[in-house]
Amino acid sequence: MVEVNLWSGLRHFTDGAVTVEVEAKNVGEVLEGLVKLHPELGDIIDAGVSVAVDGKVIASGLTEKVRPESEVFIIQQLKGG
Amino acid sequence: MALDKPGEDYEGRTSYTHVGTRVDRPDGLDKVTGRAKFGADAHAPGMLHGAIVRSPHAHAKILKIDTSKAEALAGVKAVVTRADFATGLEGEEWNVLENVMASDTALYDGHALAAIAATSSLIARDAVKLVEVEYELLPHVTDVDEAMKPDAPVIRAGQQSKLVPEGMHPNVVNYYEGGHGDMDAGFAEADLVIERHFTTEAAHQGYIEPHAALATLGADGKGELWCCTQGHFIVQKTCAALVGIDTSQLRVTASEIGGGFGGKTTVFLEPLALALSRKSNRPVKMVMSRSEILRATGPTSSASMDIKIGMTKDGRITAGKGVFRLQGGAFPDAPAGMAAECSFAPYNLNAVSIEGYEVMANRPKQAAYRAPGSPMAAFAVESVVDELCKALELDPIETRLKNASREGTKAAYGPTWDRIGLVECLEAAQAHPHMQAPLRESEGRGVAAGFWFNHGGETSVSLALSEDGTAQISVGTPDIGGSRASMALMAAEILGIEYENIRVTVADTATLGYNDVSHGSRVTYASGLATINAAKDAVGKLCDRAAQRWGIDPEAVIWEDGCAKPAGPNAGQFDPMPLKEITQRMGRTGGPISGHFEATPEGAGVSFGVHIVDAHVDRETGKTSIDRYTVIQDAGKAVHPTYVEGQFQGGAAQGIGWALNEEYVYGEDGRLQNTVFLDYRIPVASDLPMIDTVIVEVPNPGHPFGVRGVGETGICPPLAAIANAVSGAVGVRMTSLPMSPPKILKALKEQ
Repeated sequence: MVEVNLWSGLRHFTDGAVTVEVEAKNVGEVLEGLVKLHPELGDIIDAGVSVAVDGKVIASGLTEKVRPESEVFIIQQLKGG
Repeated sequence: MALDKPGEDYEGRTSYTHVGTRVDRPDGLDKVTGRAKFGADAHAPGMLHGAIVRSPHAHAKILKIDTSKAEALAGVKAVVTRADFATGLEGEEWNVLENVMASDTALYDGHALAAIAATSSLIARDAVKLVEVEYELLPHVTDVDEAMKPDAPVIRAGQQSKLVPEGMHPNVVNYYEGGHGDMDAGFAEADLVIERHFTTEAAHQGYIEPHAALATLGADGKGELWCCTQGHFIVQKTCAALVGIDTSQLRVTASEIGGGFGGKTTVFLEPLALALSRKSNRPVKMVMSRSEILRATGPTSSASMDIKIGMTKDGRITAGKGVFRLQGGAFPDAPAGMAAECSFAPYNLNAVSIEGYEVMANRPKQAAYRAPGSPMAAFAVESVVDELCKALELDPIETRLKNASREGTKAAYGPTWDRIGLVECLEAAQAHPHMQAPLRESEGRGVAAGFWFNHGGETSVSLALSEDGTAQISVGTPDIGGSRASMALMAAEILGIEYENIRVTVADTATLGYNDVSHGSRVTYASGLATINAAKDAVGKLCDRAAQRWGIDPEAVIWEDGCAKPAGPNAGQFDPMPLKEITQRMGRTGGPISGHFEATPEGAGVSFGVHIVDAHVDRETGKTSIDRYTVIQDAGKAVHPTYVEGQFQGGAAQGIGWALNEEYVYGEDGRLQNTVFLDYRIPVASDLPMIDTVIVEVPNPGHPFGVRGVGETGICPPLAAIANAVSGAVGVRMTSLPMSPPKILKALKEQ
């Protein structure tokens, strides 16, 4: 299981939890796992989020690897100029 | 600088032959002789000229558009309105279409309502005046705080995300909340807590080259488009959707680009030119005036921010709270969440709370300006940190070092930092002679740090070797900061041939796979990584050919100094085989040799910068002069140091404009008052000092050569650093940008 940290505003859609455990080997599975557990996160994730894995910001890649001991944070979708 | 923990991509080289040298720029001759072809330099036989009908009202229902008189004018060949574009679009594509051609409501002064193609530009503009539009005026709001009030006019109902707290006005369309730790305990621990409100006005990216396009679209649904853009693949995808054709049927070529800075990452007149071409069956060229650019293309968000920070007497920050309200025009997507996430990034905090509100107002759709959201957030946070340092008589750099984010500390937005270069930047600032130089009367010195994420993105590169041993590289990212030189340097390093023997071309959309926009400081990182890997792909094939000729296993061949060599004594005794010797025979030994690489690399690596500014304020006129400016920034590895320094200096110059003069001035009627450069005052050469630069190199583990993007971070610290310098000079904390002479005089009067 991977512990996923959410930004605190998302707790309204996870019964108050800001960390959620999901079964995942990559970023795509992290996001799928979150929606499976908390379907209300679905449209927020669809609208676009980025994921930080062990300090590395994954802007959009779903295949980036995640290990059980990884530090995973859901963050705002990266945009640039 | 060696890295103690190399990442999976970083090669850890300690020396380079080509990377890091200051070679001649490949576009230099074209640009100084006027040969370079920019957006407006394209022509086609029989082409028409387009012009746009724009709303003079900030908010109005469009009751009727009568184009009959315009259509009757001699020379007018086509008129298009929203009815000529695709229907059924959703999400961002709908928003982009709504921005470039209004449906039933004009949402801001300058909003496009119709477009006309005629045999001359003059006739097209005359025809614009003949279009009769009936409006029903609606109440409007252009200020971010006003737009959030309960009685504010609703700009577009139903746009609110469910993330927005209950009870907020429908103009608040999105909300971000983050942070960690016990805020009450943090503030209780502080010896001094300062809380302040800050505002910044919208500033335009101010690129000198106007938006321009030449489009052809036939009844067969096949189109060609030439335009100035930061990303021709997104133009292809978006325009195809907006005019209702298949993506593959539209070929887009990017012109040379005279500045973009985030403002040319979407479309404005390109889909209109395509629709006009389809209707008139002729090529259509469109070029925006400066007034149109200022009224209808993306400036930044304006912002309203509240910051509260606590500090102990010895300079430890105990808690930081920031609320950021960013106005994004009449559309969602203001970078409020990014502002919040960037705001406290330089600090290692046990207690931090960040909130961001995206707000709609009757203004054009905001666009990124280098690092979207970060500069205004840094202005607010770094101003309060500066005020705390002054009140507690602490050194501003020593204090920042004491609280600095570094590898292993927890970022305000959550994750634990990887290898970052903030401490190195602060130490370089501390050691810089600028910090020891004496100040004259009425002069202040400001210091500020800034942060940006950087980006990777979809990338595809091809490299083709020629028979004479030279190489051509096709990239899909328009060159907005010297990337053609950087790509050639990185390829030269791998291939072992001279920089001059490589030509890099920004290929059109029919030539390569999809490439993301040149944004997010991503090009030298992502296209660079792809170029390196494309070159390695070609090297693998070169080694295969050498192995074939020597009759040994390909694994027994290595590539060194531009030659194939036996890997060791056991591989056999053969003289090194230079690249040219292999390419001369390639047609007869298996065919052309090319290298390719496609990926979405995700190791961009974040970046920090520290700026030092000396500002002098004339207490009679309120005019600020920037006397000295030093930019210190982590580039990971500077591939072409002159271009890197140019990016640093450009960010500082643009920051000077944003901090001191540039602002969108709206009248009571909601119309933009300053629509030309005479009134919208960007800095000119005489406004700027020489801008000193220091390149810090803390390698990015996510790139083979350690490259970090450098294009955006340079705009993050200037607003804060300049505000701190000006506040020091006038003796009053300046909390509202721009710090124009009237504002400074007012502050002095109230002192």
